[in-house]
Amino acid sequence: MSARLETNPGPFGNFSSWRKALSPTGNTGDAIFRVLLSLIAFFVLGIVIAMVWALATDSMMSIRQFGFRFLTSSQWNPISGQFGALPFVYGTIMSSLIALVISVPLSLGIAVFLVEQAPYYLARPVGFLVELLAAIPSVVYGVWGIFVLAPFLRVYIGPPLERWLGWTPFFRGPVTGIGLLTGGLILAIMVTPIISAVVRDVLAAVPSSQREAALALGATKWEMIRVVLVNGAPGIAGAVILGLGRALGETMAVNMVIGNRPEVSLSFFDPSYTIASAIANEFTEATDNLYLSALVELGLILFLVTFVVNGIARLLVWNVTRKTGGVGRAA
Amino acid sequence: MSVLTRRFLLFACITALVPSLAFTACRPGGGTEQSVKLQGAGATFPNPLYQKWLSEYSKLHQNVLIDYQSLGSGAGIKQIQAQTVDFGASDAPMKDEDLKAAPGEILHIPTVLGAVVITYNVPGINQSLKFSGDVIADIFLGKIKKWNDPKIAADNPGVAFPSTDITVVHRSDGSGTSAVFTDYLSKVSAEWKEKVGAGVSPSWPVGLGGKGNEGVTGQIKNTPNTLGYVELAYAVQNNLHVAHIKNSAGNFIEPSIDAVTAAAAASAGTTPEDLRVSITNAQGGTAYPISSYTYILLYKNQKDAAKGKALVDFVWWGIHDGEKYAPDLRYATLPDDIVKRAEAKLNSITANGAPVR
Repeated sequence: MSARLETNPGPFGNFSSWRKALSPTGNTGDAIFRVLLSLIAFFVLGIVIAMVWALATDSMMSIRQFGFRFLTSSQWNPISGQFGALPFVYGTIMSSLIALVISVPLSLGIAVFLVEQAPYYLARPVGFLVELLAAIPSVVYGVWGIFVLAPFLRVYIGPPLERWLGWTPFFRGPVTGIGLLTGGLILAIMVTPIISAVVRDVLAAVPSSQREAALALGATKWEMIRVVLVNGAPGIAGAVILGLGRALGETMAVNMVIGNRPEVSLSFFDPSYTIASAIANEFTEATDNLYLSALVELGLILFLVTFVVNGIARLLVWNVTRKTGGVGRAA
Repeated sequence: MSVLTRRFLLFACITALVPSLAFTACRPGGGTEQSVKLQGAGATFPNPLYQKWLSEYSKLHQNVLIDYQSLGSGAGIKQIQAQTVDFGASDAPMKDEDLKAAPGEILHIPTVLGAVVITYNVPGINQSLKFSGDVIADIFLGKIKKWNDPKIAADNPGVAFPSTDITVVHRSDGSGTSAVFTDYLSKVSAEWKEKVGAGVSPSWPVGLGGKGNEGVTGQIKNTPNTLGYVELAYAVQNNLHVAHIKNSAGNFIEPSIDAVTAAAAASAGTTPEDLRVSITNAQGGTAYPISSYTYILLYKNQKDAAKGKALVDFVWWGIHDGEKYAPDLRYATLPDDIVKRAEAKLNSITANGAPVR
């Protein structure tokens, strides 16, 4: 919260102390407005706290039963009552990482094109189409993933990858078209419009004087774009965090193409599982209390994973901001 | 009741409430008779039939408003235990400990039967394949890996199988379909029973998971050399290749609703008094081995006489007149013996000590 403005007491010195505390100017309307806004802000905080509290209390049974083992065990067997979250955590993080590795360069390219290169008559429709992608429901992406992307990967992308990179543990077959790579690709397509839309706004906010200064010093267009990108770095990082948040929590589209197999496997071709998919899949038919509790604990872990990943990303942003002091900090 | 159960129910009630409010608001007025509102929740498998029942029954009895929410068998059991619904519905019968956890005696009324079929996609093979139970179990255990395995070939003389790997596809969402299928595998394979067991979300030794019948079907249709299982009704509506399964009499049976009813009829003699029974791997020459009842769950002692009577009348109508809607929706009807025994169950229901029928 920003520092309170220094004000003089004004001509009316005898306001009651609570009103003064609420409004430095002593204006009743200001005081009401301030209280209202504070309530709205704290409401969000309250929801977050209530959610964590509900998740924690409901997963108590599972936490007591499995303890820390819940995070390190790969066993997920509702029949025998053994629950471990490791494959889900791995699948969630890996699919999101694959998505970012693909979508960040793509989004940067789109944004740079729209802001720096494209003529006006092209920038508007292309920008509009990219934003349209963000509005497609995720289940539609999932259906497209099963019927188009998965067969395409199986026939055209998987076999060459296996042939050339099969010696690494990451591209060992069999290639079924359904698996971690497909899940990551679907996510990449889903987060690209979000990241590129925000980055576009960030780049547009970089003052023209920066560009003109770079060009005046004899920079090429490429060097000028680099100056703009460095200036927009904090905002770009913010955009990536936004995309990452979407990728971590995405449920339906990933569910339909990732193969839903709770197993930690290094190969990107193998089926995997994400936390959000597991909850969506198993919640309705979870009858016994321990099972239900383990699913709620998965939710709690997703919350923590998102929190930690966002925290790390924020630290990175903070670090970059300190060095460059660029624009778009609020993005 | 634990905090967890309460929270679960709260969630379930909210999801149930929103459509039910909209639904009742559109209904015509109840007429002169006292109107009764019944709420049910549970299994998704019989939902298309139950919705048909509700619409037909409401034409006959305008004063009875019934709402059924297909939230899943698990939710059906939870909600009948917590008495937040007038009737529950579940594909698998309730376990003993679940029955004990309920505040009163719960009756199981079977309504219709469904079956699970094996479907597959092998390029070049267009005829119906034949499978024995132990072969299916070995495929799902990952012991049979290739389509040209001698064990598969032995059941299918004359079929030229490719030497490709079998990709197994199973349900990833918790499902009664998986429960019936794994119950069958547990009966035909000791190894399956020991390593995996039966349940709505078993820990599958191999394979890809698809969400819902449509997810499994999507993956099978789009991936060559796959094999998986779906509901009979779904397979018929989508013209999938379905396998003939060897039953306990040694005959390969094509899945059909008549073969499912035959399995129920053949098991009627060994069906226990409370009608909670698994009929997978049933005896009988024409019985299809992977089939199961789906149940409506209700309390033996109803609190409200008017509601209790309306409820029992509705279920009674369902297992008699309602059965005629089942074949069109690809559900197998109850054998006569079981209808008689369900009638006796319904007649035993009381409200405040007096029988409701």
